[in-house]
Order: sequence, then C-alpha cells, then structure tokens
Amino acid sequence: MHELDVGEQLYRFPGGLKLRHHKQIACRDELIRPDMPEALYLPLQQHQGPAGERVVDPGDRVLKGQPLTRARHDREVPVHAPTSGTIRAIKSWPVSWPPDSEAECLVLEPDGQEIWFETDALTNWREAEPAELVERIKSAGLAGLGGAMFPTAAKLRGDWPHVHTLILNGSECEPYISCDEMLMRERPDAIVEGGLILARALGARRVIVAIEDQMGAVEKSLSSALAEHDPDGLCRIVEVTTIYPEGGEKQLVQVLTGAEVPHDGLPQHLGLACLNVGTAAATRDAVIDGKPLIERIVTVSGPGVAHPRNLITLLGTPVADLLRAAGGAHDDTERLVLGGPMSGLPLASDRIPIAKGSNCILVLRHQDTRREQPVMPCINCGECVRVCPASLLPQELYKYLRADEHDEADSLNLFDCIECGCCAHVCPSHIPLVDWYRHGKGVLRERGIEDARAQQARLRFEAREKRIAEEKQQRRRKREQREARLQSGTEARSEVQAAIERARSRAAGSDEDGDR
Amino acid sequence: MLVAVAVIVALLLSIGLVLLFSARRWTPNEDSVVEQINRILPQTQCGQCDYPGCRPYAEAIASGEADINQCPPGGEAGVKALADLLGREPRPLDTSHGETKPPVVAIIDEDRCIGCKLCIQACPVDAIVGAPKMMHTVIADACTGCELCLPPCPVDCIDLIPRRRPFIWPVKEMDVETGSASKTTQRERDHA
Repeated sequence: MHELDVGEQLYRFPGGLKLRHHKQIACRDELIRPDMPEALYLPLQQHQGPAGERVVDPGDRVLKGQPLTRARHDREVPVHAPTSGTIRAIKSWPVSWPPDSEAECLVLEPDGQEIWFETDALTNWREAEPAELVERIKSAGLAGLGGAMFPTAAKLRGDWPHVHTLILNGSECEPYISCDEMLMRERPDAIVEGGLILARALGARRVIVAIEDQMGAVEKSLSSALAEHDPDGLCRIVEVTTIYPEGGEKQLVQVLTGAEVPHDGLPQHLGLACLNVGTAAATRDAVIDGKPLIERIVTVSGPGVAHPRNLITLLGTPVADLLRAAGGAHDDTERLVLGGPMSGLPLASDRIPIAKGSNCILVLRHQDTRREQPVMPCINCGECVRVCPASLLPQELYKYLRADEHDEADSLNLFDCIECGCCAHVCPSHIPLVDWYRHGKGVLRERGIEDARAQQARLRFEAREKRIAEEKQQRRRKREQREARLQSGTEARSEVQAAIERARSRAAGSDEDGDR
Repeated sequence: MLVAVAVIVALLLSIGLVLLFSARRWTPNEDSVVEQINRILPQTQCGQCDYPGCRPYAEAIASGEADINQCPPGGEAGVKALADLLGREPRPLDTSHGETKPPVVAIIDEDRCIGCKLCIQACPVDAIVGAPKMMHTVIADACTGCELCLPPCPVDCIDLIPRRRPFIWPVKEMDVETGSASKTTQRERDHA
C-alpha cells in the first residue's frame, strides 16, 4: 500500500468551533514600527522555564542585540537588548503572567543610536552541523513565538526517536490574531529559509507549512518563496480548514496525520516537530544574519482600538505604546487582553511589556466583554462535550472541581485540557468552565510541589535521625572501651600517666606562648 | 457415630491448620501501615502532636496509642485522609495541639545572629547551615516551617515569613439565588 505523506490527506479533530474571524481589520494597513518607547522593560524570564543568569548590571551601556542573560542549559533562554542604550535599573514591574503580578525587569533606556553588538552570521548553513545550528538558535534566545514560549532548543533536541517531518504552524485560528498571517505575507522567504534550517537541525526530511484555507494572499507569497529557496522540494504548503482551535499543536498534528499525540507524550514521539512560522523566521535571522530575537510582530486589534493593525514591536515595549501607535484606545475601553478572545489573558495594566510570546493585544469595550450573566446550574446538555477538541468530559470535570475532588478530575485527564475556551463559549448556563480548569490545575500542581517537599523533608528527617543514632552509638562504644581499659590495672595507670603528661606539656606550651 | 465424630474432628483440624498457616503467611505488615500513615502526614516534623516527628506519630497511630486528629499542619484534610485509610470516623482537629496555619518558612536576620548553633541543633530536617560564631542561614527549600528553631534562639533573630506558593487561578462565580459570589476561591497572593 502506498504510504501517505504527512499532509497528503487531511483528517478532522474532534469538536472545535467555527468562529467569525475578525482578522482582516488588522491586515489592511502595512506593517509599521511604533515610535521608540522612553524605556523598555525586559522581564528576565520570557519563556516556559527558569530564567537565565543575568550578565549585566544597572548602569551598564548595552548595544543592540547584546545578551543580557545567559542560558546554562536548554530550558533557559537568554534575553537580548532590543536596542542600544543604558540599563537604568532592575525593577519590579507588572507582567502578564501570573495575572496581577510583578516580576523583576531590566529597564533599558534607549539612546536612539541603534548600534549593533557584533553579529556572528553563518552563510553556509547548509553545510553546518545540526548541533551547531541548535547552539546558535539557543544563544539567539528563541522561544516558541506562537504564544506558548517553549524554548526552541529544547524542542529541537531531546530524548525521542528520529523526527522525520517538521510542521510549521501558520494556522492561527483564533479570531482577531493576524500576526502570523502578516508575517507570511511580508516575509515568506524568511519562513521558508528558517524552516529549512530547522529541518536540518532536526534531521527532518520534510517540511509542512500549514496555513488556513482562507488566507488567500499567503498561499501565493509562500509558493513563490518556495520556488526560490527550496530547490530540493522539501517543503509543502498544506491548507487546512479553519476550525478553532486547529492551530493548537495537538490538533494540527491530528489534522495532518490522523494520529493523536499521546496523553503523556510529545509530537516528537510521533516523529513530528511542530513550530510556529514566526519561530522559523526568527531562526533564519538568528542563523543567517546572526541576529538574536529582539522584536516580533504584534497584532493590536479589537473593537476598542481606533486603527487595528500589526506592528513590528521591540520586546519590552509597554502595551500603552502599542495602543498609541494603533491610534489609541476608545474612552470606554474596559479590558485589555493578551492573546485572542477565546484563550487570552486579561491584562491588569497597560504598562505590561511585550514579551517573546505576546502575539496580540485585544482591546474590548464595555459592550464587548461578556456581561455579568448569572451562572446557572449545569443542565447536562452535553454541548461542551461536543465541542471539546481534547475529547474530555468538561461537565464532569466541572462537577468534580466544584466539589473539590481534584483527584477525580485528574483521573479524567484534566491536564489534557488545552484551555481553548470552546466549552465555556457554548455553555448555555454561562459557567466559567476554563477558570475552573485553570484553578484545578493550579491546585493539583501545588499539591505535587507539596508532596515533593514532604518527601524531601521525610528523607532529611530520617537521615538526621540515623546520624544522631550513629553518633550516640559511637559515643557509647567509646565510653565502654574506656571503662574496660580503666578496669584493667596497668592500662589504667598508663592512661593516667599519659593524661598527666598531656597536661604538663600543655602548661609548658602556654608558658612559652606567654600569657595567652 | 464414631465415624461421624472422626470426620468432624478431622475437618476441624484441617480448617484450623489452614487458618493457622494463612495467619502466619499473610499477617498485615505493621511496617506498611506505619509507612502508609506516614505518607499522609505532612512531614513538617514540628512535634505539635506530642511525638518527636511524623514517623513516631505514625507509629503511635498504628499502635492505637495516639488519635488521628493531633496534627495541625495536616489540618482537617489530613484527618480525613487518615480516617479514610484506617476506616475510622473523621473527627474535628484537636486544637489543643495547635491551629492549622498557612505554610511559613523561617528566615534568620543575619545582622542579629550570633552564631550560637542552637537553632542548628533544633532543626529536625537539617535546614539550617552555619558554623560556631559565624552567622547561620536557612535553606528555604528544605525548611518545613516547624517553628522548632524559634525557642532556642537567644537573640530572637529568626522570623517566620509566608512560604512562596504557586499562582492559582481564581474562580469567581455569581450565584443564581443570592447574586453574590458564592464560591470564591481567590487566595491572597504571596509572591514574595
């Protein structure tokens, strides 16, 4: 039987919703850069994983692209200076995650000169070793630009069998978000070149660029880029039907291959790696130009903003500067959302800076936010089950979480929930289901941490008990030996003699030392 | 008649032998019960239960010497888990042993510490490091917040601060009947 290539036949994932796109409003105007902000606020941790080690101090002058932190392993991602200037301070500043929180940020005051740090370009990447490519990607500070911010280097090498196909995810399915569409229109060459570099780093033989069937202009621009940069025909463009949340990694893999990513596994275990198209373009800049990740495209959209558009934004730019560049927000703006309307996070302040994973700022007016509808009891209608893309039982999860039965929810695979928001969207009782799942995951995670802590305390306590018992035993043995020696006559006498001599020599010693 | 008696006696003997053998062979392992109880206890090693640590308390519960509601750090949830394990009725926490408090860690004010080593000896999990006449410090990750280091300190330089906890997404639901927040799981955030 002829073995089908990935993407040759398309499949469906369970559930999902057809939503109105609202994307075109932000794609009409060309990409521009907002004015240089007065100061850039750079969180040291802009990815999933621990922050790197800081290598600059307040008062230091830094050049554009200069590393500010250093990664010690693949899960750490360095942060670079988005422009040249002076590090003014390390300050606690509002950040997007966790909500309403502050984190240590480097405050960089731009000097407006845009002087580049030395760049180390690699022109003959087609001959480079995969390991070297991964090193370059790692030191350029790449993390998944689709929003999950997973360290790219950790995605490229790890403990899994051979990866044969690279999937470049260009199917951004959430309403309003159009930064990837803009990127595919404006920089198709960078995406194709970056994809080929990533494929070489992975050892993959094929590259699939997955786009949505309603992105008309994108298909054309990508095709011409393929003709130019892909002589071996490694890449293929696959158009997928737009159903939310098709852009989710697991859902896209299912659409392209028909296979489900295992519950406790990764796409890599199926021989697939899934990266965002933005990450591919950043890979190209990192390897071919030697430029680290210092900017990204951000969509500013929504009914509450005057001129919705896409902006090439330096990392660390406060949201307020973006809103200004998009013509400002309406007076009755009620909520700022990072991400899309379905799975986005509400922002507590417009001082929050753009980070590597910030794809969209959505501005909502009072009448757009969901009205405070009363939450009604669950009526078991099953709508949420029908739309769940992870084949979970949302209503059962909700019941268990409401009753604080977190273990039951865990056994119904709560952690497979991707928080897409489909269930809450269709719920006729207006139950904030996703809030409950996020809450339940948090409780279970904390419990895991507590269990690990208790385990450690138990081991330390037992080790201490053992040590104390041993010391006691030793002391007893010594005492017994001494008593035995003292009881036998000659031994005792020599023991006494030795003690007297010791005391004498000590007295003599202290005489020589003077009156110490 | 004789045959019947013999048969009954033989039957009783054989049943007795089987029971004797299985009682020897499959005795409930005392250790494993202690181990299971100990796994439920929070391992704070604070001694509020009147036993010198969680494992001694677990042994006392297993032997029936102590009740299951003497552990304030474990709280009501801990009592319930113990009751489930041992097939007993859950009962309210015995507050004569102390109240359940949010988790804390000890921190030494290094300016005031005189390096007397008394707290090091008191710490049940070896979470304090230091040398004589040198200031001491607490390994925050290993500290269980048992408070045992407080009484021995002669200069009162140890404070308890809330332990850093991960962010948990709050749920706010409006209740149908009352119109007020019925189940608010918002917890005060302590990102120290």
